[in-house]
Amino acid sequence: MSDTIDKSVGVVKAQIAHFDTPIVLKSGETLPQFDLVYETYGTLNADKSNAVLVCHALSGTHHVAGKYAETDKYPGWWDNLVGTGKPLDTNKFFVIGVNNLGGCHGSSGPSSINPATGKQWGATFPVVTVEDWVQSQARLLDYLGVSQLAAVIGGSLGGMQALEWTIAFPQRVRHALVIASAPNLTAQNMAFNEVARQAIMTDPDFYEGDYYSHQTLPCRGLRIARMLWHITYLSDDVMGEKFGRKLRNDIKYSFDVEFEMESYLRYQGDKFAGEFDANTYLRMTRALDYYDPALAFGGDLGAALKSAQAKFLVVSFTSDWRFSPERSKEIVQALLDNELSVSYAEVTAAHGHDAFLMTDKHYHDILRAYLHKVEV
Amino acid sequence: MQNNVNIANINSKFRQDFAIIAGWIPFSGKVLDLGCGDGVLLKFLRDSMEVRGYGVEKDDANWLSCLKNGINVIQMDLEAGLSGFQDQSFDTVILSQTLQAMHHTEDILQEMLRVGKEAIVTFPNFGYWHNRIQVAVAGHMPVSEDLPYQWYDTPNVHLCTIKDFDQFCKNHNIRVLERKVITAGNEIRTLPNLRGALAMYRLKAAA
Repeated sequence: MSDTIDKSVGVVKAQIAHFDTPIVLKSGETLPQFDLVYETYGTLNADKSNAVLVCHALSGTHHVAGKYAETDKYPGWWDNLVGTGKPLDTNKFFVIGVNNLGGCHGSSGPSSINPATGKQWGATFPVVTVEDWVQSQARLLDYLGVSQLAAVIGGSLGGMQALEWTIAFPQRVRHALVIASAPNLTAQNMAFNEVARQAIMTDPDFYEGDYYSHQTLPCRGLRIARMLWHITYLSDDVMGEKFGRKLRNDIKYSFDVEFEMESYLRYQGDKFAGEFDANTYLRMTRALDYYDPALAFGGDLGAALKSAQAKFLVVSFTSDWRFSPERSKEIVQALLDNELSVSYAEVTAAHGHDAFLMTDKHYHDILRAYLHKVEV
Repeated sequence: MQNNVNIANINSKFRQDFAIIAGWIPFSGKVLDLGCGDGVLLKFLRDSMEVRGYGVEKDDANWLSCLKNGINVIQMDLEAGLSGFQDQSFDTVILSQTLQAMHHTEDILQEMLRVGKEAIVTFPNFGYWHNRIQVAVAGHMPVSEDLPYQWYDTPNVHLCTIKDFDQFCKNHNIRVLERKVITAGNEIRTLPNLRGALAMYRLKAAA
């Protein structure tokens, strides 16, 4: 395996699937029709048994791997995982990335056009949930002719989708890789989301979510939301190592950027505010808040997973305090209660929640070894 | 509860202690192996007894070997107990040649008997004559196949003899269902504390 040279999937192209059959959302609202933008890497085999769905997290997209043009500065968000010789080996697997409903990268969402009005949905786009995403992803699989996934994989909010897949469609998924995730959010975790939403919604340019018609964007709010997210998904140690108390220049006794850390946060905030939709951000954080499969079972996650049949790999990272190892262990316990096949790794990592996106040898060895055993 | 072990299904090198353990667990039982190393015992039990097995292993490299061996493995530190595992949720909980390296000896045995209907514990017998002679005559800490470490690099912190462990079980309200003592693959029936290299116990919490 180590002889293989890891290769990128190269230049890729996004595609759009249109669905005319209405989808009833968990909120009770109905979307009469919707689009999902997706990418695929590798080839679907004759048995259609080698499909792997990659579920994205808060700010992820369908662009998982490769570049749209050789000159692109960055590849897809999980490019280190997908390609020839990589853990998700495209010589073996047919990998699918999809932008979730409510997103802002081509799937139907607040910034897309509502066919009924010919205008952007804005605030009228429904609140979507993890369960809704899994239902819509299942439609995409139908469209692609995939009746059963070899595996579903996701980190963070993506891990919640992977977990939900095994509950909603036990027959349609053989393996679930649930990484840096949780069976629901803690109060503290939801509190961060609320602060992020308040930052956006109190921005004078938010206009109750209809900022598009005012030709403006709630950039200030989105920027603060992103800065907060950045703080919580890094560890104290890694921030200390990366920035410490480093100054940009001599102390000016002002409120301009004084420390390197401030410069980094502002840069990240600005970059994100320029390319992400605030209404989508609100919905993504809400999907995180609402997901709680045990709720309907009196808080018993084991009971919620009773119907699950998949084999599981659960991975957490020691320094991840936003989705701590303890939360992953709750998932493991529920799987053990159901005597399901599960392995659990607690990866020693310094990078906090962000670690699930990083290239770490042991972490990638784990994924590689697990996926190597997945039969197609 | 004697079982016929299907040796034909076993690829790994025959190990007498593995065969004895296989004889002490129910066919297709649910088994938890604590400190499972690279997973060879569980693999053996899966192939011979069709157990539904889970291993617990702290070490990254061992954990990865388990995964490659197709063993379900949970990464956690046994010293922290077995929280996350329900009471009486396993037929058998195994601690194979790990007891002597545990700091919290009493805690782990209690946890094993909480989580498992039965427990199997094996450990190198410090009372084995070969060990005694090394200390008493040669005047150095024992080094052998079962105790391969030098005094300064050993992970073993709680070495004990069969006599010690019998007393421990008595004091802690643990029922010894069966005990076997082996040396170089042969069962030792007379003077086990002197002649036995590896002690193997099948345990249950006293009612």
